[in-house]
Amino acid sequence: MVKDLSIQLFGLTLRNPVIAASGTFGFGTGFDFDVNAIGGIALKGTTAEARPGNPCPRVADCTAGMLNSVGLENPGIEVLVREKVPALREIYSGVVIANIGGFSAEEYAFCCTRADESEGIDIIELNISCPNVHAGGAVLGSDAVATAGVVRAARKTVRRKPLVVKLSPNVTDIAAIGRICEKEGADGLTVANTFLGMRIDLKTGKPVLANTFGGFSGPAIFPLALRAVWQVSHACGIPVIGCGGVSSGKDVMEMMMAGASAVQVGAASIRNPRACITIINELACMKK
Amino acid sequence: MKTMDYTILENRCIARQVFRLVLAADTADFEPGGEFVNLALDGFFLRRPLSVCDSAPGRLTLLYKVAGEGTEALRGMTPGMRLNLLTGLGKAFDASRCERRALLVGGGLGAAPLYPLCRELAAAGKEMTVVLGFGSAEDIVLENEFRALCPDTRIVTMDGSAGTAGLVTDALKELSPAFDFYYTCGPAVMMRAVCAQLGTNGQASLEERMGCGAGYCWCCTCKTTGGPRRTCTDGPVFDADKIVW
Repeated sequence: MVKDLSIQLFGLTLRNPVIAASGTFGFGTGFDFDVNAIGGIALKGTTAEARPGNPCPRVADCTAGMLNSVGLENPGIEVLVREKVPALREIYSGVVIANIGGFSAEEYAFCCTRADESEGIDIIELNISCPNVHAGGAVLGSDAVATAGVVRAARKTVRRKPLVVKLSPNVTDIAAIGRICEKEGADGLTVANTFLGMRIDLKTGKPVLANTFGGFSGPAIFPLALRAVWQVSHACGIPVIGCGGVSSGKDVMEMMMAGASAVQVGAASIRNPRACITIINELACMKK
Repeated sequence: MKTMDYTILENRCIARQVFRLVLAADTADFEPGGEFVNLALDGFFLRRPLSVCDSAPGRLTLLYKVAGEGTEALRGMTPGMRLNLLTGLGKAFDASRCERRALLVGGGLGAAPLYPLCRELAAAGKEMTVVLGFGSAEDIVLENEFRALCPDTRIVTMDGSAGTAGLVTDALKELSPAFDFYYTCGPAVMMRAVCAQLGTNGQASLEERMGCGAGYCWCCTCKTTGGPRRTCTDGPVFDADKIVW
């Protein structure tokens, strides 16, 4: 018998608590396996207009993880709602999360309006934590006043769908930022995005990433993300989606014990495209 | 894209810091296609992309140069050990673009992905000139293999220790071989010069640091006249006139 791993989140049923994290699973298409086994898919972060992203190299290998400085390369919100979401909907019946990036409260609001109107999108995840853009992103997400402004603007436009805010871990008090989001009407929080890091090439003495810094993800950050999930879920009354270094069914269980209602899998999919499937299978064997 | 476990049959040094890795697939008749594979190594988070030098049902030959910690670890692996590969990645060179006479220009390990192309062109009865550039005589790879398919194979070394001395662009200037379509793979600086010299009727295989290798992380974007493209999935082979160097 197939074990029931389903969960309820914002009134939606997820087949299991595993969600492919934004930026690590493209737009959910082109894989050589059935993605329907995955509880939710968070699409690549999208802005109002298409963006080319940062110069290469924008990825670096690290012990137990990786750095990326993609810098929100994306085709823009119109292509997302008109092409990417319908294409995914042809093959996927699970929960689809649109990840919305931006550089101003107005831009977030514009993208949220379009995403809120899109039939194929179930949840809107506000990315106020991209570490790879020099304005907006984490700059907004690490400032209490700016965070409040962005969430307020988004909340006004997102009327039909749950609004989740993806927090930056690169802050002094992540729980305080979480509480601000909750106060401004967020339905949930994704905790958290990547940690700002860098590598230097020993041969040249120069940073490996063309952007100097990048977001660090992978198994190495799991205890850091777990701590953040614990802090935020104990400080806030809205559901927390854990994210950071999850690579096994055990990690999922641990994050849920820390207070997460669902768990995102990110960097693990970069090493192994089937990581979510493997983790769900592990979970099925573990869950009591 | 397909993940497949392979067993190492051979991992042998064939030139200075260059190794030939011959692998047997778990599924005997599996042949991945594509331009490259992305290979997982224990102890390293990101996979390593390596271009396919030769493939047959159930069998894969890759060449790699020891250039960092990952390839250093790969060098130490022995026959019988197992590797997990993400296979069938990238668009390969398009042999059909050549009508009668092809020019293949390789630099260093860039010779590797040109080899299956050379075989395809030879099988299609196309005439060819192959120009392969290396730093020195001890860096030369695949010379005999190319020569067996294409008698007009020229070797160029920067230090003059084998073949013609100089850069491939010097040799191309001197030879001015006839061709209706060219194909190039090697260091970016070489390909850029080759494309500038030979014009728009060709294809080049780009290289970039990669994350997933399969088009879903957007870590390896390159610039083209049509906007940013994923090196791993939209390429790595691009038309020369579309590349923004």
